[in-house]
Amino acid sequence: MKDANNEQGFVVFDHVQKSYDGEVLVVKDLNLSIGRGEFLTMLGPSGSGKTTCLMMLAGFETATHGDILLGGKPINNIPPHKRGIGMVFQNYALFPHMTIAENLSFPLEVRKMGKSERDQKVQRALDMVQMGSFGSRRPGQLSGGQQQRVALARALVFEPELVLMDEPLGALDKQLREHMQFEIKRISDDLGITVVYVTHDQTEALTMSDRVAVFDDGRIQQLAPPDQLYEAPENSFVAQFIGENNTMEGVVKEIKNGVALVQLDGGDLIDAKPINVSKAGDRTRVSIRPERVEYNRDRLHKDAHTLKAEVLEFIYMGDIFRTRLRVGKNEDFIVKTRNAPDQVRLKPGQQIEIGWLPEDCRALDA
Amino acid sequence: MSDATNNGPVLSADGMPLKRSLAKALRREKLRALMLIAPLLIFVLVTFIAPIADMLFRSVENNIVEDTLPQTVVALKKWDSKSGSVPDEPVFTALAADLKVAVEAKTHTKLGSRLNYEMTGISSLLRKTGRRVDKWDLEKDAPFKEKFVDVDKDWADPEVWAVIKVFSSKYTSGYFLNAVDLQKTPSGIEPRDEDQRIYITLFMRTIFMSLTIMFSCILLGYPIAFLLANLRPKTSNLLLILVLLPFWTSLLVRTSAWKVLLQQQGVINDILVWIGLVDDGNRLIMINNQFGTIVAMTHILLPFMILPLYSVMQTIPVTYVRAAKSLGATNWTAFWRVYFPQSVPGIGAGCILVFILSIGYYITPELVGGTKGVFISNRIAYHISSSLNWGLGAALGAILLAAVLILYWAYDKIVGIDNVKLG
Ligand SMILES: Nc1ncnc2c1ncn2[C@@H]1O[C@H](COP(=O)(O)OP(=O)(O)OP(=O)(O)O)[C@@H](O)[C@H]1O
Ligand SMILES: [Mg+2]
Repeated sequence: MKDANNEQGFVVFDHVQKSYDGEVLVVKDLNLSIGRGEFLTMLGPSGSGKTTCLMMLAGFETATHGDILLGGKPINNIPPHKRGIGMVFQNYALFPHMTIAENLSFPLEVRKMGKSERDQKVQRALDMVQMGSFGSRRPGQLSGGQQQRVALARALVFEPELVLMDEPLGALDKQLREHMQFEIKRISDDLGITVVYVTHDQTEALTMSDRVAVFDDGRIQQLAPPDQLYEAPENSFVAQFIGENNTMEGVVKEIKNGVALVQLDGGDLIDAKPINVSKAGDRTRVSIRPERVEYNRDRLHKDAHTLKAEVLEFIYMGDIFRTRLRVGKNEDFIVKTRNAPDQVRLKPGQQIEIGWLPEDCRALDA
Repeated sequence: MSDATNNGPVLSADGMPLKRSLAKALRREKLRALMLIAPLLIFVLVTFIAPIADMLFRSVENNIVEDTLPQTVVALKKWDSKSGSVPDEPVFTALAADLKVAVEAKTHTKLGSRLNYEMTGISSLLRKTGRRVDKWDLEKDAPFKEKFVDVDKDWADPEVWAVIKVFSSKYTSGYFLNAVDLQKTPSGIEPRDEDQRIYITLFMRTIFMSLTIMFSCILLGYPIAFLLANLRPKTSNLLLILVLLPFWTSLLVRTSAWKVLLQQQGVINDILVWIGLVDDGNRLIMINNQFGTIVAMTHILLPFMILPLYSVMQTIPVTYVRAAKSLGATNWTAFWRVYFPQSVPGIGAGCILVFILSIGYYITPELVGGTKGVFISNRIAYHISSSLNWGLGAALGAILLAAVLILYWAYDKIVGIDNVKLG
């Protein structure tokens, strides 16, 4: 993982706002700094403004307010074709009336490059995505995955320093998708380019990125490396959005030694790590990952708080067991356990007690 | 292909070849489909295909001479039209007999008009002769040669006889030859007299003006269609209504409006004179010539160019142009290299529509074309309804039809007809 701080601010969004209709702000006060060579992913639900940010960076939309800087210079007034930013579109946008080689040669032609140099670069770019022998075909004669690779090659062939990708793998099936994730990551690392990548898919975001910016409602909710994002979500939106998550609501009773005592709405008391709560009396939503829930009393701390639960369903998934519990009124409390030789297999109807380490349970905003 | 190991035809479950059982299964559906379209099919056959077939037939049909003068036609077979001499007495006897019957049935005047297309004067000759023949007695008044020459000395002209002989066959290429400014004479096919050659010019003019109209429509329609396809839906809907507005106005009203605008005392001339751009003495002549026809028809046919263009442009995603720009293309390059090629199917569809409509257009050139700006269709209409020379009208129409089909074929060869999209 590259340290985003070693060359701060190759791309900078500085207090950027965007409205299409003058009534609603689609992007609200976006501040983001992307380091050179970084792979940054924008992740968020549909309509959260990811594409809009990308379009502003590429120059197809203008920011209503604020500055976008590229390499330290504001680019608000530079037209798209002079920005030198490579772009991969969701539907690939390969020109249907040109062959693959012509598609790749297009950016070089408009840069007035000589024919032999062009051919050489086109071939090299095609070889890089393992499409070397497809130069004379038309986009319509390629499969989705092949088109995707060509689109990638086309965005890279003129050697831009910054490449934007807007859900480039959205149309592919799962297997091809995973393969392409790997390819994109490999190529971007090899070439040392900066990538801003947009996706809906959290797995994609977690596996590929140096840092992930979680978008919602026109704001970045959290900007962090994947492991931090998963293990230390800063608010309940991020906790909900990334990975599976159990939540319970309650009120903070007291905060002592970095541990918050939370009284759930059902009356039970639990321990949690205070994140967005500061004092007794704050309402909170606590969040705990299913794999961090423990029901083997022996493995819990002696005086840890526990909750009573009833097993509703036990699902065998091969590598893991997935157990659905009723905890208080919540019938959707999930516990995941590894399929280890000594693992207990719970049975529906069984009454158990569950608990966790205080640092695994995060008291977030309500 | 894994189970197609044997080389024979694929069999269905009951051992029947799969193709045959499929065809059997489909036959019922085909029959039902046929029943559904039967009313339309019959309608089209009766009102469209049949008249066209009849018209094509009329352009070569020539029964009238043989039907009216059966004996004369037989008698003329022995006469050599190149001999330069008048036929002998038996021909005149036969003519007298035929004409007596014809006058009775009043068909000799029709024959007269038919032959008059080929040689002026025959119509009056036949009418004049008809009146006298009526009074003759076939038995007593023979021989007739002198008598005919007496009635009109044209009967002693071998040319007249030659024309009758040349056009005595049941079918003739005469109409088609006339339609391309040629004529059939006893001594073969010859060009018509200089002052009678109008059709080739007219055909050329029709094609040239249709092409001009087509290109004007592209030039005017392309930017509008582009706007329509790229504006916000609300605005573009309003614009679209403006484009369609002419469709809801009578063609005659629109054409007359152009008369008002373009005539020498019309609005445009008035304005130009008022500004001082044009001298009051020599106001521009913009109507009753080719200019007037081109302007009015471009206006009338413009929607037929805009609509297919618009619907094709709507399907071109904005991402193509964006992709081109992100790859470094200027606005113009992105348009010309990426957007334009993808709108070509719309141009093709629009061109075919506009060109084929304009090549057969009638009302507008008739009203604003004067003499210099009329189309071949105006001439066809003239022959169908005024001169009643249906054969020639039919031949002109057939040539027009052939020309359209050839152009269509050429278009298919050059651009490809499957490249045409209406949406
Ligand atoms: N051209 C436009 N005109 C008006 N509103 C727009 C336009 N493009 C996007 N919006 C609005 O802006 C908001 C953000 O859209 P954007 O396309 O950036 O979302 P996104 O995060 O990319 O979503 P998705 O994941 O579905 O692609 C949406 O509410 C959308 O309706
Ligand atoms: Mg989007």
